[in-house]
Amino acid sequence: MTIDSIRNGVVIDHIPAGKALEIYHHLHMEKLGCSVAILTNVYSEKLGRKDIIKIDEDIELNWDVIGYLAPACTVNIIREGQSVEKRRIKLATQLTNVIFCRNPRCITTIEQELPHVFKLVDEKKGLYRCIYCESKA
Amino acid sequence: MRHLIDIFDLSPAEIDEMIAVACDIMDKPQEYAHKCEGKKLATLFFEPSTRTRLSFEAAMYELGGHVIGFSDAGNSSSSKGESVSDTVKVVSCYADIIAMRHFKEGAPMVAAMKSDVPIINAGDGGHNHPTQTLTDLLTIHREKGRLDNLTIGLCGDLKFGRTVHSLIDAMSRYSGIKFVLISPEELRLPSYMRDMMAEKDLDYVETRDLEAAMPELDVLYMTRVQRERFFSEEEYLRLKNSYILTPDKLTNAKQTLSILHPLPRVNEIATSIDSDPRACYFSQALNGKFIRMALILKLLEEAKK
Repeated sequence: MTIDSIRNGVVIDHIPAGKALEIYHHLHMEKLGCSVAILTNVYSEKLGRKDIIKIDEDIELNWDVIGYLAPACTVNIIREGQSVEKRRIKLATQLTNVIFCRNPRCITTIEQELPHVFKLVDEKKGLYRCIYCESKA
Repeated sequence: MRHLIDIFDLSPAEIDEMIAVACDIMDKPQEYAHKCEGKKLATLFFEPSTRTRLSFEAAMYELGGHVIGFSDAGNSSSSKGESVSDTVKVVSCYADIIAMRHFKEGAPMVAAMKSDVPIINAGDGGHNHPTQTLTDLLTIHREKGRLDNLTIGLCGDLKFGRTVHSLIDAMSRYSGIKFVLISPEELRLPSYMRDMMAEKDLDYVETRDLEAAMPELDVLYMTRVQRERFFSEEEYLRLKNSYILTPDKLTNAKQTLSILHPLPRVNEIATSIDSDPRACYFSQALNGKFIRMALILKLLEEAKK
């Protein structure tokens, strides 16, 4: 199966298989004014199976969200059909309104307009905890 | 603005300093009787509590200050749907310092983000209770003369018992501490606390058997299985009598053991133990007032800066 290559845009590669749609929804890519291709379950020597997202426009994305959902992914910036930059995503030290606290005893369940903030407490494990109640993400 | 939300907001040196001040207040109460004249403490208790609130109030009165506040969410504007943030913004217009207890975990942190005056976490759900921890530290220090090289047994509800979580956090900063965690399977210490203990390489063991653990303990910290922390009454009833400390269970305990309990007690310590010289829980309650006096003084002093 082939998907046309893009001229100017972003390719998010090495997404764990099955995660691409989650990233698509989290970043509200349905609202973008350009084409977005999602490839799922693509054969990969490194991962076995992987997902890829191709965005046909050079736009800034919320890297914190991508880093949280697919920390091992690679991002290629494409200009004039050439890959001009390859990025590795770092885990954000803090995530605001990306993860939502599921602890029914947390203050976030009742306090109006309180942002859900999670702090990175263990970079190796990619572990985030709610700053209010310390529950795991 | 300096607040006390978590015991880690205080360094071990600051805790030592506060213990010294609390001991000085015990020795020379008259020297502190006017330290807070003209100051007001607001006690915002969204969840009922008798001893913590009364202890804060007694502490402020003995420093010569005044107290305003409420003792139940039903008597506050939160019953009308007001947010914690708004309540605190308003109360900080009237008070110099706020002690807050809330049934939701993290509520005092939200308050601290919005307040113009120091916030003291007086307990947030099953999460933290740093002033109880300061009370426990003062008690252990007075009983043992040190805060290091101790074997501490924590018994009962280790899952929802916030006093246990805060005490482990605090004691984890001292060397030579061994924790013996005694609880039924359903009330084990939460995984995030066990993860933290493993990460810090703390010495701890888990057991179901209180009597077997008894001989090695320097401190036994008993807790109540709290009805208000359970969603199911059935589960509460099944677990509430898991551990009851009776004189026969102390047969193999050290003569120098110190038995602590954050109180209130229901039935987990037999009243016949009250007269045992190893029972420290009533002097612990008294210590709570003195350490809160030291804390109020410290936070008000820092608020001036």
